[in-house]
Amino acid sequence: MTNSFGEFGQAKMFFVIGSNMTEAHPVAATFVKNAVEKGASLIVADPRRHKLAAFADIHLGLAVGSDIALLNGLMHVLIKEELYDKSFVENHTEDFQKLRTLVEKYPPERAGAISGIEPELIVETARRLARVKPVMICYTLGITEHTCGRNNVVSVANLQMLLGNMGVACGGVNPLRGQNNVQGACDMGALPNVYPGYQAVTDPKAREKFQAFWGVDSLPQEIGLMIPEMMEGLEEKKVRAFYIFGENLANTEPDIAKVEKELAAAEFLICQDIFFNETTRFADVVFPAAAWSENDGTFTNSERRVSRVRTASLPPGEARPNWWIFREIARRFGQEWEFASAREIWDNEISVLAPNLGGIKYGRIEGDGLQWPCPSTDHPGTGFLHNGGAFARGKGQFLPVDWTPPAEVPDADYPFVLSTGRRLYHYHTRTQTGRCEGLNDLLSEETADISPRDAARMSIADGEYIRVSSRRGKVTVRARVTEEVPEGLVWMAFHFRENNANWLANPAFDPVTLTAEYKACAVNIEKQVCECQGN
Amino acid sequence: MPFLSINTHRTFFEPGQTILEICDALSIRIPTLCHLKGTSASGVCGVCLVAEKERGMIRACDAAAREGMDIRTDGFDVRAARKKAIEALVATGNHNCGVSGGMTSGFTDFQMDAGRMESSFDLCPVWGDCRLQDLVYEYQAQAGGFDTAWKKEVPDVGNPMIVRDFSRCIGCGRCVKACNEIQVNRAIDMDKSWGRDVATTVKGSSLTDSDCVFCGECIQACPVGALVDKKAKNLWRPWEVEKVRTTCPYCGVGCQQELHVKDGKIVKVAGVEDAAPNKGRLCVKGRFGYDFIYSDERIKMPVIRENGEFREVSWEQALDYTADRLKQIIKASGPDAVAGVSCARSINEDSYQMQKLFRAVFKTNNIDHCART
Ligand code: SF4
Ligand code: SF4
Ligand code: SF4
Repeated sequence: MTNSFGEFGQAKMFFVIGSNMTEAHPVAATFVKNAVEKGASLIVADPRRHKLAAFADIHLGLAVGSDIALLNGLMHVLIKEELYDKSFVENHTEDFQKLRTLVEKYPPERAGAISGIEPELIVETARRLARVKPVMICYTLGITEHTCGRNNVVSVANLQMLLGNMGVACGGVNPLRGQNNVQGACDMGALPNVYPGYQAVTDPKAREKFQAFWGVDSLPQEIGLMIPEMMEGLEEKKVRAFYIFGENLANTEPDIAKVEKELAAAEFLICQDIFFNETTRFADVVFPAAAWSENDGTFTNSERRVSRVRTASLPPGEARPNWWIFREIARRFGQEWEFASAREIWDNEISVLAPNLGGIKYGRIEGDGLQWPCPSTDHPGTGFLHNGGAFARGKGQFLPVDWTPPAEVPDADYPFVLSTGRRLYHYHTRTQTGRCEGLNDLLSEETADISPRDAARMSIADGEYIRVSSRRGKVTVRARVTEEVPEGLVWMAFHFRENNANWLANPAFDPVTLTAEYKACAVNIEKQVCECQGN
Repeated sequence: MPFLSINTHRTFFEPGQTILEICDALSIRIPTLCHLKGTSASGVCGVCLVAEKERGMIRACDAAAREGMDIRTDGFDVRAARKKAIEALVATGNHNCGVSGGMTSGFTDFQMDAGRMESSFDLCPVWGDCRLQDLVYEYQAQAGGFDTAWKKEVPDVGNPMIVRDFSRCIGCGRCVKACNEIQVNRAIDMDKSWGRDVATTVKGSSLTDSDCVFCGECIQACPVGALVDKKAKNLWRPWEVEKVRTTCPYCGVGCQQELHVKDGKIVKVAGVEDAAPNKGRLCVKGRFGYDFIYSDERIKMPVIRENGEFREVSWEQALDYTADRLKQIIKASGPDAVAGVSCARSINEDSYQMQKLFRAVFKTNNIDHCART
């Protein structure tokens, strides 16, 4: 996020796109609702009329995967009617002409035809966005989990630069991160192309710096593999040893049948986890890890705030902190790592190596955490980025992008769109929430959410078992008939193994980020003739 | 800026501020049972009384500051007026921690019922963690013999998370403010049909049939034992727990939690008031999703696969075996034959160590995590 949760309460207007905040980021949603109650405007763009839409002035129920068409349509209107922020564009951006030329091709009629939204409503939305300043844009995985995910992200940034809503409080581009520490894992360089603090592995200077600090004589120069490439490498035997720390890939990745084949092909699979799960079935060795609240450490939230995690209980049996396990393996390769607690690792290594984290030390984050960039120990941290329109590269660059359809679209055999996500009462594959008293009572099984019109047409009753199938698999699941879902859409989550949406999802990836298209594939639904559950 | 006088001190204020807000900023404590910070004042408990020179006793929570006011926040008269308000509240319900002024008449009944199912006759589960009880003690309030109308009220336990025992509801409305003005879920409202104000659901009688999303904000707001965390009920006393501040392990909001830890075990979770980013709020997962760590199914020993089965081994064996296999593979096929996925749920220090292991030890950049999901 370029901005902070603390600003939500004062914001004048929100544009929330591809984010079911009330379920996926419930507390963030409370701040949006508070602002709306105080008079802020809210525009929600989402194929589903989810709970937050009830608070919106406008709900744009766009077709799954049509975000870029909608955003380009909005920008078309803003430019044509000269409603954009001319001074911001002039002083703080470049390549405006390129953007103008591209969005020229997206008049409201065309954007509307692609997205299924009335052209008049696109015009009205654009005008409203231009009327209030600043507008805060929030998005989540509805933007990124597409084959055009990276382009979606770029389009959102284009819109905010055009509106001049960057570098100010209560504005900005605000992706709410899915998992508690995705931000942190990125910051720590658990990525194939960067060291901690986003220093490129291909930059010889960065390499030298880390080489010297870590006291090693060499570091690899080539950018490494991303998860989908690793998985494919398993079958091709290019990847022989695979080390999975805390992920249940067998349930979380699209096309479970394919994923399991790949995991089974692994020659040596190491799992490090707190529970045996669908993925550990393929492991050769499993390390028992300490869980949340069983060791000290830090998490970094979506607003770049580094907060403390503290020990409340001891890990069971022989389970050990993860940092300890990695250190022990390093020792067996002849490297003695000096530091032996999370605090020492943070204070003496991470914050020393990553310039943006330089001023964050455990001693400073006893209470509220600090938001990076925080370069020195007297720096108060940074609530919002690009203050006054100052971008890291000097000027913000418009990167105009064309709309592309999802990799798999409905056809005669698979006439419905399947879109997937999370529900309120569970988290991911339920390895944790499924073991918390009460949460299973609140949500005990998966459903396929369908529209009342489709249900009526196919005479499917609420709660009835139906079969949902795609080119990759099929599941039997209860139908949940709800007005939230538009005609032609099936919506499912991935919390339960048997009827996990990932049996169906399409392993098609964004060519740049390799993020899978969890949000769109083609499925068929059928009424089950017998009550029996099973295939 | 306009000013007024509080306890003879000249104090400036912003137009629109209430006396309670001004005192709060000055760290002058004024007791209140109904006011919930950040929400509109309702003035129903009548405890936050202060003396104003011209107007006499006024409620601090909804009295707007005016130029020239002369406020006194303590004194015999102030204490007596507050005491009376507290006594009136105690008399409305089943405050069987003793503050009601004696259990004599009901004690046999109480004993008989104590062993039965969920019952209003059980000793109040928030004994020692109750704002009403604290004030009764501080003001030495006496409610006299107690009213028995509440006996008819059966606690609502028809949901997995919240015990709602309206025999102890003082009608303060804080839960309703928490639900409607803080979390904006609009699941509950005040209801007069009980003969007095109590909190109820907007639709249907059970929370599970309402718009409730079990965020538990109402539990955190309730000053008495009317709304109680079912999972934590009767497990802890305030002086037995250590409060540990930590960060929620679920989504990217990063809410600050106050773990209540007894004998090395989390017994309850609350939001840290006034903390960034969540300002005391939590959602259902943050508040109730903590006990997975105590599951019997936790992995407790390293295991190695042998003839298709897992065998428990020592750390030495597991680590030696792993290092040997990795060395063989790296020797035969080069470091890029090794790949790893880090965990986006675990602490920063773990991800740092894992990428360091891959880069500095194995010599590969094949390290990733589900950064994009
Ligand atoms: S748990 Fe949350 S949603 Fe339910 S009644 Fe309480 S405050 Fe409202
Ligand atoms: S349930 Fe608790 S918070 Fe709600 S009105 Fe009654 S006493 Fe007040
Ligand atoms: S309490 Fe809920 S909203 Fe807050 S971090 Fe945890 S999961 Fe996210």
